Amino acid sequence: MRALKSKRGRDYAGGMLMAAIGLAAAFQGSSYQLGTLERMGPGFFPTALGVILTAVGVAIAVTARFARYEGELEVLAPEWRGWACIIGALVAFVVLGKYGGLLPATFAIVFISALGDRQNTFLGAMVLGLAAVAVAIVVFWWALQLQFPLFQWGGG
Amino acid sequence: MGRGLIVHQALTDLWYGFGVALEPHNLMWSFFGVLVGNLIGVLPGMGALSAISMLLPITYTMHPVPAFLMLAGIFYGSMYGGAIGAILLNLPSHPPHAVTCLDGYPMTRAGRGGAALGVTMIASFFAASFGITVMIFASPLLVNAALKFGPTEICSIMLLGLLAGGTMARGSPLKGIAMTVIGLLIGTVGTDVNSGVIRFSFGFPELTDRVELVALALGMFGAADFLRSVNRMKFIGNETKVRLRDMRPSRAELKQSFFPMVRGTLIGTLFGAMPGTGPTITTFIAYAFERKISKTPERFGHGAIEGVASPEAASHSKTQVDFIPTMSLGIPGDPVMALLLGALMVQGIAPGPQLITEHADLFWGLIASFWVGNVLLLILNVPLIGVWVKVLRVPYRMMFPCALFFIAVGVYSTNNSLFEVNEVLVFGIAGAIFMALEFPVAPVLLGYVLGPLVEENFRRALLLSRGNMGVFLERPISLTFVSLCALLIALQVFFAVRAAWAKRHARRTLAYPGTPARVTLPGD
Repeated sequence: MRALKSKRGRDYAGGMLMAAIGLAAAFQGSSYQLGTLERMGPGFFPTALGVILTAVGVAIAVTARFARYEGELEVLAPEWRGWACIIGALVAFVVLGKYGGLLPATFAIVFISALGDRQNTFLGAMVLGLAAVAVAIVVFWWALQLQFPLFQWGGG
Repeated sequence: MGRGLIVHQALTDLWYGFGVALEPHNLMWSFFGVLVGNLIGVLPGMGALSAISMLLPITYTMHPVPAFLMLAGIFYGSMYGGAIGAILLNLPSHPPHAVTCLDGYPMTRAGRGGAALGVTMIASFFAASFGITVMIFASPLLVNAALKFGPTEICSIMLLGLLAGGTMARGSPLKGIAMTVIGLLIGTVGTDVNSGVIRFSFGFPELTDRVELVALALGMFGAADFLRSVNRMKFIGNETKVRLRDMRPSRAELKQSFFPMVRGTLIGTLFGAMPGTGPTITTFIAYAFERKISKTPERFGHGAIEGVASPEAASHSKTQVDFIPTMSLGIPGDPVMALLLGALMVQGIAPGPQLITEHADLFWGLIASFWVGNVLLLILNVPLIGVWVKVLRVPYRMMFPCALFFIAVGVYSTNNSLFEVNEVLVFGIAGAIFMALEFPVAPVLLGYVLGPLVEENFRRALLLSRGNMGVFLERPISLTFVSLCALLIALQVFFAVRAAWAKRHARRTLAYPGTPARVTLPGD
């Protein structure tokens, strides 16, 4: 993780990431039929893109080796609580949407993501979640007639 | 065709367009779009992209004309909303407005924030009108040229658009290209039209269809942004009161801002015609140009009204002119246009030269609705400015959980399926990682929307030429575009080498302070 704290390290990592995605795409793409230039198969375009992305990724890493960086990188402290809450909120929406219905899912996504912000209190997040539930009932369920049952048990 | 005839034809079509735009049903949706766009645009951290993608699912079941009028309304409504935040609170919620902050906010602190808003309104209306006029007369001409386009030409002009979109955003051009290719790859997910082979579905039956446009946009630009800004968004709350009376600029201010407004409009029009140049770069150039030719450049940054009028005019005329290549060629100039193009394709309307003739009601109705919508925007903002100022005060900690909820429900409603919400999560995390590594995410959307078109035309072009790649250089129109691509790459390499050389040189001659090689723009 220390490598990510310099601009050069960040560009190395970015280039490597792109090259890795490119290689994976080219590998997977070539498992579909490649065909010829005249009659291209479904694999041709993805494979070509994968190869290009790999080349660009390598180029990013190589130019990072020779680039001269000025100034210090502003390193932001990791925000684990915020990240966990936002990701958790979306996961909760999917899980509760399937096994609980619109209302529990709505409350969960707003309540959990609100807890991700350090300035929100537990009570404040509850109130915000309940307000969203009201919006879900009035706007989405009643006015827009969204096809999403308010409550359901055990995944319908 | 004689010139008189073209003008006459354009005016007749425009008249018809007004008929469409003023139908009560269409007018209502246009109004709704402007209102909601304005509201979302004012919210901190929300720009045109998130506003459009959040409301896109509603349009899936609507008739294309009102749907598109609404989306266009959201677009310029949110652009104007962004200017309010920039001027009154120094908050550039939409990157092109970053430059408006430079002089708009000092004006607010000097008590002239209302006047700055007034000038913005006038400048945007003037610039939009000019852009619309250009659009009316240029589109039919462009269509005549575009009808000569075969798959080869379409393929090379799209290549140019993608390359320009990737390299001319901000930051490293290589990173922009990488993001464009990622977008193209995401565009290949799903069933291949020619062979029926399912690609990159990772075993999920939901992915046999394409990746959902709304999920990609809201993941990359909504969720990813929340992941980046949670607990990091600094809020500068101040007491700003804007009353109706304050919004009238003084005579001197109007006089001062007239020519900057005209120049900004022309710069915006010029850049609108170039595919791939984002609105942010346009506003920065308009601002820099104005400061350069000013007799009193030291006033800039301390509340010079020219610094508000010119970039705002530039961004609005650019936006209007951007619609020309988007609608008539199917080549979007920036991510917002790509999103609108995606919305068209969801409706089953293929963009391209035939759009103007086959969907005359949509095309001319849209053009007329730009004017109608801009008038609505003017009328709306006079009484509501007080409300917007209050909306600006909604703290981020309450805003983003609600926005996340709207994103989830909106994405769910595209297919009534929760799978798309998972897509948001994946693209959100991916987008946050890309942003942390300083990759621009905007080109992803461009690549995703253009990907299938590029692939199809590429395959067809090579089928027709029997696998001869030289065909792209043999046909004159295509050769022009390919040469432009080569020129673009050569220029980028030249600038990179020169910057590297200058830095090395600067280090040797010690005393030289070293100039920044590239002006980094805050987002694009």
